[in-house]
Parts: sequence; structure tokens; C-alpha cells
Amino acid sequence: MQVWKFGDNIDTDAIIPGRFLTINDPAELATHAFEGIRDEFSKQAKKGDIIVAGRNFGCGSSREHAPLALTGAGIQMVIAQSFARIFYRNSINVGLLPVICPRASEISETDQVVPHLDEGYLDVSGKKLPTEPVPEFLRRIIDAGGLVAYAKTIRSEDLCIK
Amino acid sequence: MAGTITEKIFSARCGKEVTAGEVVMAPISGAMIHDITGPLAIEKFYEMGGEKVFDPAKIIMLFDHQVPADSLNAAEIQKNMRIFAKEQGIHNYDIKEGVCHQVTLEKGRVSPGDIVIGSDSHTCMYGAVGAFATGVGSTDMGFALRYGCLYFRVPESIRAHVTGRFQERVGAKDLILTIIKDITVDGATYKAVEFTGDTIESLNMAGRMTCCNMAIEMGGKAGIVPPDQVTKEYLKGRGTWREENLASDPDAVYASWRDYDVSDLVPQVAVPHNVDQVVDVTEIAGTPVDQVFIGSCTNGRFEDLEEAALVLGDKKFSDDVRVLVIPASKTEYLKALRTGLIEQFVEAGALVEAPCCGPCMGGSFGLIASGEVSFSTSNRNFRGRQGSAKGKVYLGSAATAAATAIRGEITDPREVR
Repeated sequence: MQVWKFGDNIDTDAIIPGRFLTINDPAELATHAFEGIRDEFSKQAKKGDIIVAGRNFGCGSSREHAPLALTGAGIQMVIAQSFARIFYRNSINVGLLPVICPRASEISETDQVVPHLDEGYLDVSGKKLPTEPVPEFLRRIIDAGGLVAYAKTIRSEDLCIK
Repeated sequence: MAGTITEKIFSARCGKEVTAGEVVMAPISGAMIHDITGPLAIEKFYEMGGEKVFDPAKIIMLFDHQVPADSLNAAEIQKNMRIFAKEQGIHNYDIKEGVCHQVTLEKGRVSPGDIVIGSDSHTCMYGAVGAFATGVGSTDMGFALRYGCLYFRVPESIRAHVTGRFQERVGAKDLILTIIKDITVDGATYKAVEFTGDTIESLNMAGRMTCCNMAIEMGGKAGIVPPDQVTKEYLKGRGTWREENLASDPDAVYASWRDYDVSDLVPQVAVPHNVDQVVDVTEIAGTPVDQVFIGSCTNGRFEDLEEAALVLGDKKFSDDVRVLVIPASKTEYLKALRTGLIEQFVEAGALVEAPCCGPCMGGSFGLIASGEVSFSTSNRNFRGRQGSAKGKVYLGSAATAAATAIRGEITDPREVR
């Protein structure tokens, strides 16, 4: 497990530039993740690595290619001080776990991070950093494995049109 | 109970009283998909077991980001989307009408009080007609295409109350950049930004669209202007005007209330690489530029082109600058053509392209190289947004863009006569 540390306001153009948006395959998108911003990411990121960032991660465009590029690179979790709204929801929908940790800046790239999300904290090389709870309705989507899987379980009475 | 305009829209559409913070499943009045995020939305629609969309009459499709198809991939994507539109009976404006948000409003697809989604972050622009409109990702869009509804957390609102009269060559773009500077790039995250005050009331629809369009640049879920006579006038022959008095109650609860006075406002410029890095144009005047882009859903309307043309007069654009003028839609293009603006721009040395997103998202043509500087009337100055990650993008009004294109360096439009 390696931590990839980023700063504040990492936008979706940085995660996956506009010129690659005709690609929809996560693995292929991953080969261009952070291109021009942090070129070694796409070459070295591996399954189970974690992205740690500051405020407003994923701001900008609604492109779902951004969380997909990260899942394609093997990233399963992004820990940030805060997330932009559309990215946060897109991540949950496609099975990338966004974790809000107000003290994320204390995590370094040499740390080992073990999440204990049900208990509300991250074990960061032995130090406990609190995480914010996920709203209940989003929790149901996460537990289902994303919105596509959740949609298949949805009850008709939960829909507002019949 | 007292409510904001946003709470009232959700309450009316959900058929029960809801307040900010509640999570609701709300019916969708309309949905828009385009060539970049549409293909994934369609894929997700099918993965969810969709066969027929919930109501083809409430969905529109169009292509604007990579048009006419600029790669084989884009061509294949557009072909597949055309097939989907035909099979589903969805109106597809294809490549013929222009930038999605401009077209959606022009075609009367949004009315006051609606809840509209688009698989594009600048969907918040539709708040200009008093609707709740927000950008969603492709999977949420796939869900909405299938079920006709979507989960929403009813947002708190920030009230941006604006008073005063603009000075000459200062306008809506300068105002919204000032507001973003104040609220910051994430200060409105998860919130609706409600624009009110006599300045907003006196803004034409183009200016209101510019303001609402950029609500996302402060993290906003929506931007909204309470509908009034200006809205009613705009909707004539387009959308449905609802006579109900749609506005926030006087005692509605806001997350915050911000007051702005534009009387002394000077032209504003967002400098690289965040939209809240905003300065008076005078602070960076003289910065050389390589390309000027006048267009986009933010500022590609006739009013913007007219503003640029007024600054231009019979002058020429600098030989050292590539000037791209791209009207936001066919309708706006024709207005500019019939009033001689297009000829004026071409004579001055601009390249006028057919309505589309152009260089705004750096995914098609008009890209900038490493070390180059773009001055743009669009909405984002992120690193790499218009091409090379080693390039720079500045944002401002059409007037400032025209002045900059004439001198070849960032220029205060009030100085160019």
C-alpha cells in the first residue's frame, strides 16, 4: 500500500485531462491519470494504493471518467479534507470510496494507512485520525457496491414515480 | 414554514414540505446529456436494466464538446448516441444547435420551478430562469433516465445580494468573479447560491446565465435567480411561465448572506490556476497573451459578442494573438451574423468557429502549447484546462477579452477607445 499525496483543489481536469474523455474504459483511462501533473502516478500506482489530498478534491467537471481513472489505476479509496460535490457522489456511484478526514494533511507518503471506517477513524502508522461519517442514504449505495447494483435492489415504493 | 426558493421548489415537486439537509427522491422535470458524459450514462442505464427511458419528451441530447467529430473515437461515440436517441424517441439536436446549456434554455426546456439535471457541471446555469438545476455524473444520469427521479440532498442556500449600477464596460462576468473570490472555490459546496438585489433584477437573461453558470466554480450545487418580468419575457414562445410567486420567504433561513455593491467594481480577471484567484484587471494589465477565446456557455451569447464588438470598433486584433470567437448557439450566431458582428470580428483578424464548446475544456481544438497564455471568457482556469499543463489560462469578460486581443496583452477595456 502506498500513499499518493496531493494538495488542495485537485480538479477533474488534473485527474483526467479533457482530451482523453472519449475513452470510457477505466484501465485505459488510468494510463492518463494525472498526466502532465504527476506523470509517475499512472506508471507506478498499484492496487490498494490510497490517494490523500487536501480540500475540495475533485472540483470542476462532472466527468465520471475521473473516479473511473482512479479505480482503473487500482485506487479504492481517496482520503481528503473535503470533496467537491459531484466527484464525491460519482465516486460512491462507481465504487471508489471517498473518506473525509479533516486531519488528512497529517498523513505522509511514507505512512501506512489502515481504515477503520465503521469505528470512524484511520490508523495512520499507529496514530488515530477521525473520519466523518457517511450519510445514511449514501451508505446504502456504498454497501451495495455502487449505484448500478443498488438500483437493482431499489423498491418501487422508494421511487417517486411508478 | 418559511423557505428558500430552492426549498420551495423541492417541496412543490416532492409533494411534501422539505427543508435543507433532507435527502429526498425527487422527480426530474428534464434531463440533458451530451457527447462527453452521455455514452457512460447510456451504458449505466442499460446496466441498471433499463429498456425504455422514463419519458423521452423530458430528455434532450446534443453534441457540443467535440464537434464536428474531431477523432474516430468521437465519431463512434456520436454515432452510438444517435442510435440511442432514435430508438428511445429522444430529441437529439446533434451538432446543429450549439453549446448544451445555451440550447437547453433557448429551446424552452426549462421553466421556473423545475428540477432539471444535466450530465455536465455547468447545468447550474438553468437557475437563470428560476429552476433548480444541477450537474450530475453519468451513473446518476443513467438512474434518472431509467426512473425519472433521483436522490437529492436539499441544499442550504447562500444569498448573494447585489446592489448598485455597473460602470461602463463592467458587467455580470466581473460580478460573478468577485463573488467567487469572496466565497472561494469551495465555499458553496453542497449549497445553492441565490442571486438577488436590484443589480440582479436589472440584469438581462444573458447576465443572469453568466452568474448562475459559474455557481459550480465555488462548489455550488445550483445557482438561482428568482423569476420575474425579465424571465417571463425570455420565456415567451419558449418555456412555461408559472404565475405562482416563486421566491424565498422574507424569513427564510440561509447558510450565509453576502452583500455586494457593484458601483465601484472594475473589470475582474481570474488568474491561474484557480477561479477564486481574482484580481482587478489593473493589477495584471500588460501580461502578454498568445490566444484569446471569446465564447462558451458562460459568455458566448450575442450580448457578449456585442460587448466585445463595442470595444473592438474598427480596430484590428494584435498580429501576435490568435483570436477565436465561438458563438454559444446557432441562434446567437445568427444574431451576430445579421448585425454585422461576425464580419467585424473576421475583418479584425479573428477565427470565427461554428457554435460548440471550443477550447474551453481542452478536449478538442484551439489548445494552447507549453508556456503559452490564453485569455478566455469561459469558466475554468485550471492547470491544463485548455491544453498543456504548462500553459496558463486567465478568465474575464468579453469586453476585457476584446481589449486584450487588440493589444496582445491583458488590457483594461475601459482604456481602449
